[in-house]
Amino acid sequence: MRSVICLCLLLLSSIAFAQTVPSAEEVESRAREVGRSLRCVVCQNQSIEESDAALAKDMRVLVRERISVGATDAEIIEFMRLRYGDYVLLKPPLQKNTYLLWFLPALTIFGMGIWLIFAARRQKPNIETPRQLTEAEQAVLKRVMDDNT
Amino acid sequence: MIAELGHVALILAFVVTLLQFAIPMIGARRNDVRLMLFGDYAALAQLCLIAFAFTALISIFVHSDFSVKLAALHSHSQTPFIFKITGVWANHEGSILLWVLILSVYGALVPVFGRSLPLSLKARAISIQGLMGLGFLAFILFTSNPFERLIPVPTDGQGLNPLLQDIGLAIHPPFLYLGYVGLSMPFAFAVAALIEGRVDAVWAKWLRPWVLLAWSFLTIGITLGSFWAYYELGWGGWWMWDPVENVSFMPWLAATALLHSIMVLGTRHSMASWTILLSILAFSLSLIGTFVVRSGILVSVHSFAVDPERGVFIFAMLLATIGGALGLYALRANTLRARSSLNLVSKDGALVINNLLLIAATITVFLGTFYPLMVETFTGAKISVGAPYFNMTFAPLMSLLLIFMAVGPLLKWRSDSLTKYKSTLRKGVIALVLIAVIFGLFGKSGLGGLSLGIAAFLAFGTLATVGKKIRWGEVPKRESWGLLRAQPAATFGFIGAHIGMAIFAAGVTSISVWESSDLRELKVGESIALGHYEFTLNDMTPGERENYQFLGANISITKGGANISDVYTERRYYPVREMVTTEAGLHLSPTHTLFAAIGEGNPDTGWIVRVNHHPFVIWIWIGALLMALAGFVSLCDRRFRHRSGEKTRSDTLVIS
Amino acid sequence: MARIFRATWPLMALLFLAILFAFGLTRDPSVLPSEMIDRAMPEFELTDLYRPNVVYTQDLLLDDVALINVFGSWCIACEVEHPKLMALSRMGDVKLVGIDWRDTREKGQRWLRKNGDPYDLVIFDEDSRLAIDLGVTGAPESFLVDKEGRIRYKHVGIITDDVWSNILSPIINDLKAEE
Repeated sequence: MRSVICLCLLLLSSIAFAQTVPSAEEVESRAREVGRSLRCVVCQNQSIEESDAALAKDMRVLVRERISVGATDAEIIEFMRLRYGDYVLLKPPLQKNTYLLWFLPALTIFGMGIWLIFAARRQKPNIETPRQLTEAEQAVLKRVMDDNT
Repeated sequence: MIAELGHVALILAFVVTLLQFAIPMIGARRNDVRLMLFGDYAALAQLCLIAFAFTALISIFVHSDFSVKLAALHSHSQTPFIFKITGVWANHEGSILLWVLILSVYGALVPVFGRSLPLSLKARAISIQGLMGLGFLAFILFTSNPFERLIPVPTDGQGLNPLLQDIGLAIHPPFLYLGYVGLSMPFAFAVAALIEGRVDAVWAKWLRPWVLLAWSFLTIGITLGSFWAYYELGWGGWWMWDPVENVSFMPWLAATALLHSIMVLGTRHSMASWTILLSILAFSLSLIGTFVVRSGILVSVHSFAVDPERGVFIFAMLLATIGGALGLYALRANTLRARSSLNLVSKDGALVINNLLLIAATITVFLGTFYPLMVETFTGAKISVGAPYFNMTFAPLMSLLLIFMAVGPLLKWRSDSLTKYKSTLRKGVIALVLIAVIFGLFGKSGLGGLSLGIAAFLAFGTLATVGKKIRWGEVPKRESWGLLRAQPAATFGFIGAHIGMAIFAAGVTSISVWESSDLRELKVGESIALGHYEFTLNDMTPGERENYQFLGANISITKGGANISDVYTERRYYPVREMVTTEAGLHLSPTHTLFAAIGEGNPDTGWIVRVNHHPFVIWIWIGALLMALAGFVSLCDRRFRHRSGEKTRSDTLVIS
Repeated sequence: MARIFRATWPLMALLFLAILFAFGLTRDPSVLPSEMIDRAMPEFELTDLYRPNVVYTQDLLLDDVALINVFGSWCIACEVEHPKLMALSRMGDVKLVGIDWRDTREKGQRWLRKNGDPYDLVIFDEDSRLAIDLGVTGAPESFLVDKEGRIRYKHVGIITDDVWSNILSPIINDLKAEE
């Protein structure tokens, strides 16, 4: 039922937007952008813009058609998602199961920054001379550097 | 007969490798010199046996002996000679044999170059190399025997996968493996050092050239792969963030981090446990790459045939190897910690930041690559993580790294102050802003301008570092040139690698921001306009060659009516394999690439033609190859070579 | 505590990975779950394969349980599947609706003449209109639609004897029993 409502809404919205018909150029450039974020579901790892598979071609046509009748990029992406699931989105949506994906890189950098500040502060007071090599170590080092092989 | 000999050689290699693992390890424990030295000979013997087996396999392919299953499946009497040879490693069994061969080459190089090493460290490292060889030899013998016979003998072979009948791809795996497997050296020495319980400057200095070597090979391997994908897969992408590409990239990132941390360890005796961990990580990522490609757990265009049994075997090996190393690390990590002060404004500090950023980048790539698998494992949902994700997360990280790369090398070891470099940095920032504004305005892309500005900043910082080394402007020019000539090879390596990175970054920026492409159905005589360029499909000619049929398209490119170039693109059909491939037509020039590729179609509706205009794309590969070359230049540094009578001054210990 | 963690975190990370990979080894990454289950049949307006002037819409699928089969004359696996569909047609247990996908009328008709036409009717979907709405990724693919025109099951790939008797047939019986 919900999907029916969604579809109706989609249709309604496309009617609502129909007054502002985008130019051919705009359709093309927007279609590229949208197409790059949609996975060609029959290919291994390509977007529909990159693939020469037949289904990808039909999807490209469909994307252009929907844009030219006034659908927004988000609506088109939602349209595909309704049919093929999150799998079709090359850029995963921000939702419960992708929080980790989207936030972990930033958190990692943040955590590393904090660690750095701590590490630097912790050791500031004892600015020591670097540990000297022990005699044995120096001997080994000398042997490596002056090796006769 | 030759197949059986090859098989026997592998079995003998297995036995020798078993001894190579066990005897030096016992010797090191008992401090028995003879037992320890046994490892040296075992490593050499292992190399000879595996090289024999590999040669046998090549000979089988060259002579089209289709009584051997592997040759029957992956070769054909009509296959061109060169691809008969490269066909040996263009399949699972052969490539894993190549893997082991390269492993044994590195293993045998330990005794050759390692005479100066502490005996027990060397013995243990050779033993660990043996253990890894043992695992892979077992894998070959039990699940992937390349010498398996086929009865009845087919009259001809099934031919080599047409995608792989290309010289670019043919030489790409050996380089990649030289890199992947080269990382087994730091791994083996890290584990050996953990067993020994000490990591020191000697360890780091001896190991650094090996890391450099592996890193350079890996760089070449990945670059060749990228270029091959660009012109062979036919959609005009140089990097698509495909899982298999990612798993080759992660070891590179880790190896790059290792390359720098080992420098800190060698010079400042700090970051010991971190360097050990990186050594383990870099090779572990290589192993994970091998696992992913051969187990089919991720969908990719590059995967080998999926075989669960093999997947399980590699999985077990992976767990044992990495788990063993990390277990040992857990036991010893706390004894390794050699504390020394960390001053953020110093070369040490900059290198720590460099390492953190590279690891953050590795984590990001890892996350993006394996996240769909994670989500499916824990929730059952299927999602995709594609290029848009990586572009959004990886690119900012890299930009940050480039900025640190520009400033870090200027600084002195231990402690320094940024105020000293105020005027230098000011000039650099001015260059950055200037370029960002100019290109941002003209290219109508602020982000593009900024990226180019950062690349320029990196180039500037690198040159400023050299300027400082040769006291440019402080002393007469002639003296500066003299100082430049007197610089160790490592300095030139540093220049090449960092300038290469700047060039690479500029190339990546320009193709990502300013490329244009179109894809249409064209009939003969029709054309596509792309910016100022017009691509016209002149004719379609079918034909047949050695082992495929083709449909060739001549496409002429004009600009304002004047002909620029005629490119030829081909769609090939390989009947033996029932496969279709595309050969793109390229017009390469230093400033841009014009790219055309023919797709599906028929005379009635026309053919799908993809055309691209890629500004400066070639600099991506030039920059990357410059980095690899720089690695080899660094290797020539006399401080790495210890020839007879050559005394090294003590101050050259500091690798800058 | 911190000391222990510092030493063992890499090991823990590996353990996590191991679980992940172990799971990865047990599944086929190329199978896609369907998004369409329990949704109404999408709206469409397409013509009959044989008669271009006859227009079908989603209402066509009301009132009876139907097996919708996506095929095409270019699809090799469909040829393998075809005898089973012919047998089903002879049994007459379920209404068979074909979708001739990405084809030309001429080729589609020729293919059905050659291999036999098991379908009660064939919808002609030249440029993937309905196929995309159905979330089709390849042929053959089959959908089971209940009496209210809702999609209840999707099968990707060839309908073998096994698939029919163990999966599709029981579901069809259930759907028929529904009021």
